[in-house]
Amino acid sequence: MTKKLIVTLAAMLASSTAAFADASDGKVKIGILNDQSGVYADFGGKSSYEAALMAVEDFGGKVLGVPVEVITADHQNKADIASNIARQWYDTEQVDSIMELTSSSVGLAVQALSKEKKRITINTGAATTELTGKQCSPYGFHWAYDTHALAVGTGGALVKQGGDSWFFLTADYAFGYSLEENTSNYVKENGGTVVGSVRHPLATTDFSSFLLQAQSSGAKVIGLANAGLDTSNAIKQAAEFGIVQGGQRLAALLFTLAEVHGLGLEAAQGLTLTEGFYWNRNEESAKFGKRFMERTGKMPNMVHAGTYSAVLSYLKAIEKAGTDDADAVAKELRALPVNDVFAENGKVAENGRMIHDMYLLEVKKPDESKEPWDYFKVLATIPGAEAFIDPAKSGCDLVKS
Amino acid sequence: MTLTLDIEKPKEKSPVVAQTVFLGLGLALLILAPLFFYPVFLMKLLCFALFACAFNLLLGYTGLLSFGHAAFFGGAAYFTAHAVKEWGLPPELGILVGVAGAAFLGLIVGYLAIRRQGIYFAMITLALAQMFYFFCLQAEFTKGEDGIQSVPRGHLFGFIDLSQSTNMYYFVLGVFVIGVAIIWRIIHSPFGMILKSIRENETRAVSLGYSVRNYKLAAFVMSAALTGLAGGVKALVFQFATLTDVGWQMSGEVILMTLLGGIGTLIGPLFGAGLVVTLQNYLATSEFPVTIITGLVFMVCVLVFRRGIVGEFYHSRLGRKLGFEHRQ
Repeated sequence: MTKKLIVTLAAMLASSTAAFADASDGKVKIGILNDQSGVYADFGGKSSYEAALMAVEDFGGKVLGVPVEVITADHQNKADIASNIARQWYDTEQVDSIMELTSSSVGLAVQALSKEKKRITINTGAATTELTGKQCSPYGFHWAYDTHALAVGTGGALVKQGGDSWFFLTADYAFGYSLEENTSNYVKENGGTVVGSVRHPLATTDFSSFLLQAQSSGAKVIGLANAGLDTSNAIKQAAEFGIVQGGQRLAALLFTLAEVHGLGLEAAQGLTLTEGFYWNRNEESAKFGKRFMERTGKMPNMVHAGTYSAVLSYLKAIEKAGTDDADAVAKELRALPVNDVFAENGKVAENGRMIHDMYLLEVKKPDESKEPWDYFKVLATIPGAEAFIDPAKSGCDLVKS
Repeated sequence: MTLTLDIEKPKEKSPVVAQTVFLGLGLALLILAPLFFYPVFLMKLLCFALFACAFNLLLGYTGLLSFGHAAFFGGAAYFTAHAVKEWGLPPELGILVGVAGAAFLGLIVGYLAIRRQGIYFAMITLALAQMFYFFCLQAEFTKGEDGIQSVPRGHLFGFIDLSQSTNMYYFVLGVFVIGVAIIWRIIHSPFGMILKSIRENETRAVSLGYSVRNYKLAAFVMSAALTGLAGGVKALVFQFATLTDVGWQMSGEVILMTLLGGIGTLIGPLFGAGLVVTLQNYLATSEFPVTIITGLVFMVCVLVFRRGIVGEFYHSRLGRKLGFEHRQ
């Protein structure tokens, strides 16, 4: 009896360690956790889940001979709900990795939790550079963009295009200041000047006095160091003041295709912004865009395409590592180059930052747009090494300086 | 709602027994709950339940509708998180810092707000809470929209490791029971009786010679401090403090919890909080939009059972038989 028990136990142990050598529990499970009902529902939302499913299908639906499953949840833009779900996924549902994670408080909270639980997170939705800075994690990756890349893209590249005097409309809180400060630095570094700035309260609806100041400043570029609805409102009201028609340029520092679609070309024309992806940039991206469109009814922005790329890279890393063990996969993620529809020759730095090219884009005039969702002209490509913080200077202690 | 001035009637024996049985059953369920449910979820539920109970002390027993309780909840979360993370305080002291901070905020907000009644009172609390929200948005120590992250749970009294979720759960349960016991003590004391008399008829309480303003302020500060207790514990449970907890939506959510559970019942908010938190959690992974469902539940509650879940039970024939009605 005892002998039988020992044999059974030994067999169980052996089978479990054998299983551990490849995929821990007979499947690889990826969670897409983001805001699907709040202010970021269009920015990422349910469509990010579709992007993840597309990546799994393109990979063949299986890795190391076991099926890949994608699950999703709506964190309602609340860090505690996100953290609760993430913990539950890890502890009771054997989720191997969580991705997307829109909004910085959610991104940082889930990354910290995942570091403790030794699971992979790949963030495509949040903007904060802290993710790969002081709060970096050996298991945390930041894929699509960050505030630094946006500032360099719009600030630096635009000056080279002739936009050399700036006026900032800044949301009155830390995020706004850091966008303004970063962008100002790149404007000045490239020989531009900042003629002034004005701070507006968060979530204000009346931008008229701020826009008038910006208009009378005579600056060539008006930088919108704010996000979401604030940016949309500022752009709408700027159109009413005829700012773009008057020869000034509007530059949004955090704005994507999804928000431009919401505004319409009439209001958004002439706006300059930076994204890590544009569907109509080349043949491959257009093909991806159309597939995505068929499934979701809209074209992908950098968050969606970034999520697709993140899932694909994660699966490639598992295949290369021969296991879904987080340490081995994290190592492979850092080693493998990223070549897909989202990034060409992207590479992942020691601090977890995926370094890839960003694009400076301008919103077309309504009569320039040839088909639905044909919104952008690509003004410039910003090489990854310029766009993202040098890992050695990121403040992340994983990088040996 | 019936007049609840607790005139001690000679009680039959059976209701008391029944209530003790209920209390025992409830406690046993809470102690055994982690075997059946996910502990972090339960801890969150208890934090919100304590928050709602503390809020109910003000709304249900004093008749003051505050629309700014998120400031105390989220504020305490920030204070505790900061104290534990930056000053290296042990968890119990960190929570005390949160409670003290919330009580202080409560003193300021309460001092200004109790000068007005009804909708004006609610608006003043909302305005002050929004001021606090914008302070948190910009203050250096809160880290803006990143929030204070990676707060260590630490060791309770230096030897109980709270990073173990079972230990943490029983710690949170302990705090919850203490918090509710304090509230029970407050509402069953002469002080609590006066609060209820203020709720029922303020002019009369004044004419009886009570300094209504001081009583209201005291109730406000107590409610804020207990809210702070819940907020501080929540910061340790989730190991972060973010802007979500100080936003006005949170003030609205706690009102929703209290209304759903039953205003003016000691444990009603526990059920209300349970319902709201469960909806938020389980609908998150479903196809349904969370906010719409929560709204529908609220509408049904207001239309069909106005006393709230527990309030209706107390009022039902069974509840009355068990002697709950006048125990509120």
